[in-house]
Amino acid sequence: MQAAENLAPDGRSVDLQKAFEDSGVRTGLDQLEHELVGLAPVKSRIREVAALLLVDKLRKDLGLVSETPTLHMSFTGNPGTGKTTVALRMADILNRLGYIRSNHLVTVTRDDLVGQYIGHTAPKTKEVLKKAMGGVLFIDEAYYLYRPENERDYGQEAVEILLQVMENRREDLVVIVAGYADRMARFFASNPGFRSRIAHHIEFPDYTPDELFEIGKLMLDQQSYRFSLAAERAFREYIAQRMRQPHFANARSIRNALDRARLRQAMRLFESRARQLSADDLMTIEAEEIRASRVFSGGIDANPIGEEAAS
Amino acid sequence: MRLTQGTFSFLPDLSEQQIARQIRYCLDQGWAINLEYTDDPHPRNTYWEMWGQPMFDLKDPAGVLYELGECRKVFGNCYIRVSAFDSAPGWESLRLSFIVNRPDEEPGFDLERHETSGRKVQYTLRPYATGKPMGARY
Repeated sequence: MQAAENLAPDGRSVDLQKAFEDSGVRTGLDQLEHELVGLAPVKSRIREVAALLLVDKLRKDLGLVSETPTLHMSFTGNPGTGKTTVALRMADILNRLGYIRSNHLVTVTRDDLVGQYIGHTAPKTKEVLKKAMGGVLFIDEAYYLYRPENERDYGQEAVEILLQVMENRREDLVVIVAGYADRMARFFASNPGFRSRIAHHIEFPDYTPDELFEIGKLMLDQQSYRFSLAAERAFREYIAQRMRQPHFANARSIRNALDRARLRQAMRLFESRARQLSADDLMTIEAEEIRASRVFSGGIDANPIGEEAAS
Repeated sequence: MRLTQGTFSFLPDLSEQQIARQIRYCLDQGWAINLEYTDDPHPRNTYWEMWGQPMFDLKDPAGVLYELGECRKVFGNCYIRVSAFDSAPGWESLRLSFIVNRPDEEPGFDLERHETSGRKVQYTLRPYATGKPMGARY
């Protein structure tokens, strides 16, 4: 009897394509595809999750059994590989799919979860969890939660409450933890319960030089800037040099480099203020702005006291 | 005797879903939600005990329902109400308040008539429950 009820009556069918179009998730996925360069494994996993949720929704419409899937995720990868950006997108996509009720992401670190004295941690963690309910809770650098070297650390308490809520209130909250791969591995090793409660472990690969260049162009485009031809060449060289130097943080390094290039461009325009400037002048970044970087003269180690704060 | 007070006093008890909808309305208005409980049902007992702190900056009723669940675990046999506070200038007061939990048995009130000079009568309302000490009432 039970089994018979689970079967949809014959002849009823659903249109997956239509459901896909209606859900608006396509816009989210397309946006992800266009605005994020590279990250193939990440994108394919997100597409899988989206497909699962869509199919689940159709199953529910037909009256088939569908258990709420666990969507807690762990993002691991080097600095600047787009973990936070993707987490933001996840909130949007999950919201479109109707898995979470509101499109909001609460970003927290250890500070926001762990208290300073006995009895302070639990209310603090619960407060954050309540604020995140209905949306996505993003815990950046989650491994700081647990400090094995200090046995009186309150981090463990926060982890326990977190685990409890992740398990019991799956339909209210999606937790995404993020951090550098090696330290996350150590964190999971010391909290095995955490690892098993997270269904999706997504690895963010480093970018190739070509991808970094694309990212740079995209960033400039979003701010209504562009490279001159010579600057494009210079920027490719810059990327190749920068990647070999220490403290390279993928897309974040690119963003910082572009921010400094914009500073230099503004200075150049300011110094030539006698002449009339066109919109083109205001938009174009020249090769000299790129080549002025310390990266070309050996990086931060060769001349530690440069005119810029960072390489 | 079924105790009624607050915004939906004329309605039957709200279902869990209806409570969630009302809370969503409050959150959409930007009001802060507070949970309070008591075992003294006297109508003049305005100040109930607070369950934790008022909840600000919530985006979803799930947070309140979670706390309500926790509160019911401890004070499941007391009265629990949800109140919503509007901090907007000019209001700065409670905008909505309704009972979300009540004891299984509500013995009601004793109406005491006190005859004074000139056959005047003074009335006193006393909940039967408060005859017992706090914590042992329901």
